[in-house]
Amino acid sequence: MQNAVPALEAFVARAAGQGAALAETGLPTRRVEAWRYTPLRSIADTVWQKAASLTTETATALLNHLILPETGVRVVYGNGQLLDALSAFPEVAQRASENVSPLKGVFSATLNTALGERGLDIRIPAGTDAGLLTLVSLSNGQDVSTHLQHRIVLEDGASLTLYDVSAGEGRYIANPRFDIVVGKEATLRHVKVQRESLTATHLAIVSADVAEKGEYDSFTLNQGSSLARHEAVVTLGAPHAMAHVNGVQIVDGQRLNDLTSMIHHAAPDGSSRQTVKTVLSDAGQGVFQGKILVDRVAQKTDGYQMNQALLLSEKAQINSKPELEIYADDVKCSHGATVGALDDEQLFYLRSRGIPQTDARDMLVRAFLIDALDLVSDEGLRDLLLRSMTS
Amino acid sequence: MPAVTETRETVEKLAKSSYEWGFETDIEMDIAPKGLNEETVRLISERKGEPQWMLDWRLKAFRAWLEMEEPTWAHIHHPPIDYQDAHYFAQPKKKPGPKSLDEVDPELLKTYAKLGIPLHEQALLAGVEGAEEARLPVAVDAVFDSVSVATTFRKTLAEAGVIFCPISEAIREHPELVQKYLGTVVPVSDNFFGALNSAVFTDGSFVYIPEGVRCPMELSTYFRINARNTGQFERTLIIAEDRATVSYLEGCTAPQRDENQLHAAVVELIAMEDASIKYSTVQNWYPGDDEGRGGIYNFVTKRGICRGARSKISWTQVETGSAITWKYPSCVLAGEGSVGEFYSVAVTNNHQQADTGTKMIHLAPNTRSTIIAKTISAGHSDSTYRGLVRMQPKARNARNFTQCDSLLIGDQCGAHTVPYIESRNMTARVEHEATTSKISEDQLFYCRSRGLSEEDAVGLIVNGFCREVLKELPMEFAVEAQKLLQISLEGSVG
Repeated sequence: MQNAVPALEAFVARAAGQGAALAETGLPTRRVEAWRYTPLRSIADTVWQKAASLTTETATALLNHLILPETGVRVVYGNGQLLDALSAFPEVAQRASENVSPLKGVFSATLNTALGERGLDIRIPAGTDAGLLTLVSLSNGQDVSTHLQHRIVLEDGASLTLYDVSAGEGRYIANPRFDIVVGKEATLRHVKVQRESLTATHLAIVSADVAEKGEYDSFTLNQGSSLARHEAVVTLGAPHAMAHVNGVQIVDGQRLNDLTSMIHHAAPDGSSRQTVKTVLSDAGQGVFQGKILVDRVAQKTDGYQMNQALLLSEKAQINSKPELEIYADDVKCSHGATVGALDDEQLFYLRSRGIPQTDARDMLVRAFLIDALDLVSDEGLRDLLLRSMTS
Repeated sequence: MPAVTETRETVEKLAKSSYEWGFETDIEMDIAPKGLNEETVRLISERKGEPQWMLDWRLKAFRAWLEMEEPTWAHIHHPPIDYQDAHYFAQPKKKPGPKSLDEVDPELLKTYAKLGIPLHEQALLAGVEGAEEARLPVAVDAVFDSVSVATTFRKTLAEAGVIFCPISEAIREHPELVQKYLGTVVPVSDNFFGALNSAVFTDGSFVYIPEGVRCPMELSTYFRINARNTGQFERTLIIAEDRATVSYLEGCTAPQRDENQLHAAVVELIAMEDASIKYSTVQNWYPGDDEGRGGIYNFVTKRGICRGARSKISWTQVETGSAITWKYPSCVLAGEGSVGEFYSVAVTNNHQQADTGTKMIHLAPNTRSTIIAKTISAGHSDSTYRGLVRMQPKARNARNFTQCDSLLIGDQCGAHTVPYIESRNMTARVEHEATTSKISEDQLFYCRSRGLSEEDAVGLIVNGFCREVLKELPMEFAVEAQKLLQISLEGSVG
């Protein structure tokens, strides 16, 4: 189905030879199940241009607003281009070379494939711990779009912690894609902070394939943008693979933040854990769509998912769709979801002990979020996240 | 686990026993030609002796249907349905009232007997004159291929002021009520199957409980699909006025068939202030054979509206039959403090597919809803719970609790849970939990070590798994439902 929208036509034109698939997909409307809660109307009327290069000065100014780790190495992209002057790569890293087949039927991936700009492309050799890598993707401009393609390969037994921050100024689309391969007994910790400009649109897609006893351990803080979707497709393709797809969304103003995930158990003995918390104030809209798919072969799968939303204002809205699709019988899968306001009794308890209303509220909100935050194993990063959240 | 494999084999043998209630009654039928067009709609309306407004209503629905597309979002697969390749009207030929049961078509009596309808009630159903003396606590409106053959206990009900009759009769005799309420809960253009039903429905039940009346007996309908290639399009409308209470039972069995049959029913419930409607269903239509051939396609729209304050609508269903079930009994909670409930057991075996669940739409403050859904999949079947809980901005202090549990028996089946939770009110509280697991080896071992056969052990465990739902069923249904569960799962255990 083809939608005659300027955005898409311009995208297709920009994509030259790659535009066919995009033209075929069209811009998803709310009638498309995957986008029923996240309308893309807001990007439909603009002709999004390729972003101009970002100067080191502008980039540095933007960087100064961010809370970033002091340790490890840092790679910075500005408007879709590597900023050499500000970047260093992990010593052990090599260039990844394999081609990853693009995700079919996922709009964010189709858009990225059509317009892809080369992003991080690293391979961590077998048995090495590459430590902490901070990836900063900056955007700046009016009616521009960037489509970074990152490829991260962890060979058997390798490990890496990726602190992935996106931020910027202006009205733009950031559409990054991560193709991730986690080898046997390898571990990738992916901590993401989305703090884009409040007029930006963020459409991220992560596709992670996890091998035997490998682990993809992710946490996403979804807090910026006018409209943001972070989508993760994690495939546990070999026995005993593991996935954590946790997150926190903090939505205020008129914004919409969306965490969508699909955890695909395609081999036996896999396990997955997911805790997602959303706090909504003003007229903020939160979306959580989490699917756990268990193939017939994936016996002994252990899947758990919890998503909770806290509504702090009359106009806030949450749409949540936790989904189980299970074809194997010897599994243990469960999900839970709750939606509600702050507990009056808890507020009263704190107030009766002399804590002012706003402080009491903040304490309870923080307590609500801490379950999810505590799942970030690195204490330093957890602290950083907490500071980012409240900044 | 050799013990398990062994049992599976034993039980697979048992599965060969064919559909217990699969039989076909040979009765002279009055059948409309195949195909669906405006003429078909006009013919049905004319045969039913309907007034002009009813025909107009049907035509409006038919025109809406033509513009609609068959929904594809459900987790079901079937060959495309040719809506032109079916009869849309079949009616047993009327004979003047028989003097005794001896004069009644013996085939019809046999059907009743197999359905387990007591003899004196059979007489009533068959329209035997002077058979109204016997009193039973249940009033039955038997729908025999789309036409209510007879309605029992009308006298008792009439004394209480309750109207319980075929909807075709209600259209003739209570047009003001039908006109006022028909299509107000499920509008003609609500959905594809609902529109189809509105255009071609042949009969169904109409219930009207006046203000302050507690219906003196449980109301019951048997649906039977009988003639070959006739879709069954039932229309049920139940209205409970202020402070009225009614419990309605719907039970289904169908003859064995080779070809798939389409069934698209619409049920509308309307509860006014302080009224309460309990609607219970046991659905056991022919599910198709072991290979998935034949079986009923069951595409049903069921919806109730709690219009008045403190009203209550409760759906309880035990779904064991049909090749395909597509059914979402829903509650629109528009009255302040109104209550919606949904209790469901869905069992699929062999190649059955079920996509069922509910919608709870909270419009008013202090509304409450409870959803308990138990899904059991066995054999090569697929079963999906699909539910929506929506808290609208005015639903202050509304509450919902949802629990969905799935049980998988065998490694070739699937169980899916697709809940949608939408909240636009901060004071509304929604809680949802779902689990999927298999029958635990421990439980099985425990039962087996106490001398229960594997089959009985599974029956016991499954009944325990469904207990929260079964206890919501009226007495006479609860017993039948337990048996049904066991029969449905024959041949699947392991």
